[in-house]
Amino acid sequence: MNRTMIQAVNTATDSAPRRALTTRARHRPSHLGWLFLIPALSVYGIFVLWPILQTIRYSFYSWDGVDKPQWAGLRNFRAVFTDPQLTSTLVHVAELILFFTVIPVGLGLVLAAIMQRVTSRRVTSVARAVLILPQIVPLVAAGIAWSWVLSSSGVVNQVLQAIGLRHITRAWLGDFTTALPSVGLIGAWVLLGLCTVLLSVGMGKIDASLYEAAVLDGAGRIREFFAVTLPSMRNEIAVCVTVTMISALSAFDIVYITTQGGPGNATMVPGLKVYQLAFFNRQVGLASALALVLMVIVILCIMPVQSLSRRSGDE
Amino acid sequence: MTERRQETLISSVLLAAVFVVTLLPFASLFTTALHTSGTYPTGLSWPKHPQWHNFVDAFHAADMGAIFLSSTSIVLGVVPVAIVLATLAGFALGHLRPRGGRAAFAVFLAGLTLPLEGVIVPLYYEIRDFHLLNTRFAIILPLIGLYMPFAVYWMRAHFLAMPNELSEAARIDGATTWQLFWRIHLPLARPAVTALGILLTIWTWNQFLLAIVLVDDPKKRTMAGALGAFQGQWGTNIPLLAAGALFILTPMLIVFLIFQRNFVVALLQGSVKG
Repeated sequence: MNRTMIQAVNTATDSAPRRALTTRARHRPSHLGWLFLIPALSVYGIFVLWPILQTIRYSFYSWDGVDKPQWAGLRNFRAVFTDPQLTSTLVHVAELILFFTVIPVGLGLVLAAIMQRVTSRRVTSVARAVLILPQIVPLVAAGIAWSWVLSSSGVVNQVLQAIGLRHITRAWLGDFTTALPSVGLIGAWVLLGLCTVLLSVGMGKIDASLYEAAVLDGAGRIREFFAVTLPSMRNEIAVCVTVTMISALSAFDIVYITTQGGPGNATMVPGLKVYQLAFFNRQVGLASALALVLMVIVILCIMPVQSLSRRSGDE
Repeated sequence: MTERRQETLISSVLLAAVFVVTLLPFASLFTTALHTSGTYPTGLSWPKHPQWHNFVDAFHAADMGAIFLSSTSIVLGVVPVAIVLATLAGFALGHLRPRGGRAAFAVFLAGLTLPLEGVIVPLYYEIRDFHLLNTRFAIILPLIGLYMPFAVYWMRAHFLAMPNELSEAARIDGATTWQLFWRIHLPLARPAVTALGILLTIWTWNQFLLAIVLVDDPKKRTMAGALGAFQGQWGTNIPLLAAGALFILTPMLIVFLIFQRNFVVALLQGSVKG
């Protein structure tokens, strides 16, 4: 990539009249750029911006999707924050964040550190390929695979039986107490590899002299990790936290396939609830209010993380 | 010395454990798919008589050929168009910088973290009003729009990194803005475009929510969406379901194995930029 770029730069400058560049041919057409922008802006406007405005509008109405919408004021929003069926979805999502975010980022840091010590390049590249695999396959397929692994005759119970823990075997996704953590672990499985690889790339970029300095100061492995590694990777960690939090907040595919929100309401998440309310219960207004609250929560969660990462220019 | 060796050993064991956990669901799916159709096998067990024809049965039961073609045509409908639009816009924002471009960029940025659930309800009514429900366009058109924040952001970052001298020289040679874009900048944008293409292809192939909301017929959906329907239909026949799930995830897996390095790089850059 770089070579072709430099070549192109060279040929471009060679053919130019000698250093006439000083005149800085800055005839910036200030409106022409808009012609390039309009196509993208229009599809974005039609299929994203307009729907968002509609979501906001619907959220103030009571509407079954067929008859004339009835003005509902803030009633839908009050329901989102008071109806236990709906507030519980927000609680569940908070718990999912623990699994989707804390495990992949925490464990990812440990694994990345390990991968850095196992220095063979081949091991590293194989590790990357294997770990990133869950990002390639559809979440739906991952959901089917995992609901089988966690089922009453699945691998998990098979292993537990083999090591003499028969008494705790169960249908993990069908049990009120274990269903949500199980969904959370599936999410952790999906995201762990991505975080690990991202963090290991970040770790590889840390200046070795920082470690030498830490060792001279008498720091051990652990001190070294907290004094050098962690602070140097603020950016990568922020990226991982952002990506994983968004996947937790907008979880849909996995829950839809593995539990449909059940048992009872135990794994119901906002994304799935929006879908059910709008397309099965015909409560379009309420669904829109919940969707809007979800969007606001995403923004509220992401903003502090973003400001945490050092903002270097446009990255 | 022994301490180091011990450390290496522990590291290797831990790494191996993570590998096993990562691959376990696929392995379990595979061995299950080989059991007699309609039985309820145990999680990870090799059957006495592997039923390879389960794959053939699943292929026919779900009409995989049709689903594969549908998914492919959706990808072909979405990805090239999204790339063209995003490249044009990215060039404008990263290079031409028209008056008001910053505002336009801010508008794109606003959509970057948007969960699909936030727009799915009105999208349904909009697509209905366009009379596109239950056609592939119901998936193709919204996806192009939904990809714009990320794709434009991505291409803009690429054009921002291009040296200005390049354009200045071309300008002095009398290049028009279009020539500048088409002859100078576009050829240089190939790596960025390739990576973007990889990302958009995975995301489109695996798109689920749009497919199940906007298209009823599994044969007009994406692979992931069709699998949802297959699960509904064959959810109790575990071996057949496992075979079907394997079918759905195989095409992306093959492409991944061929272009492994590009995939990993694209995924990493993609998450950093997103």
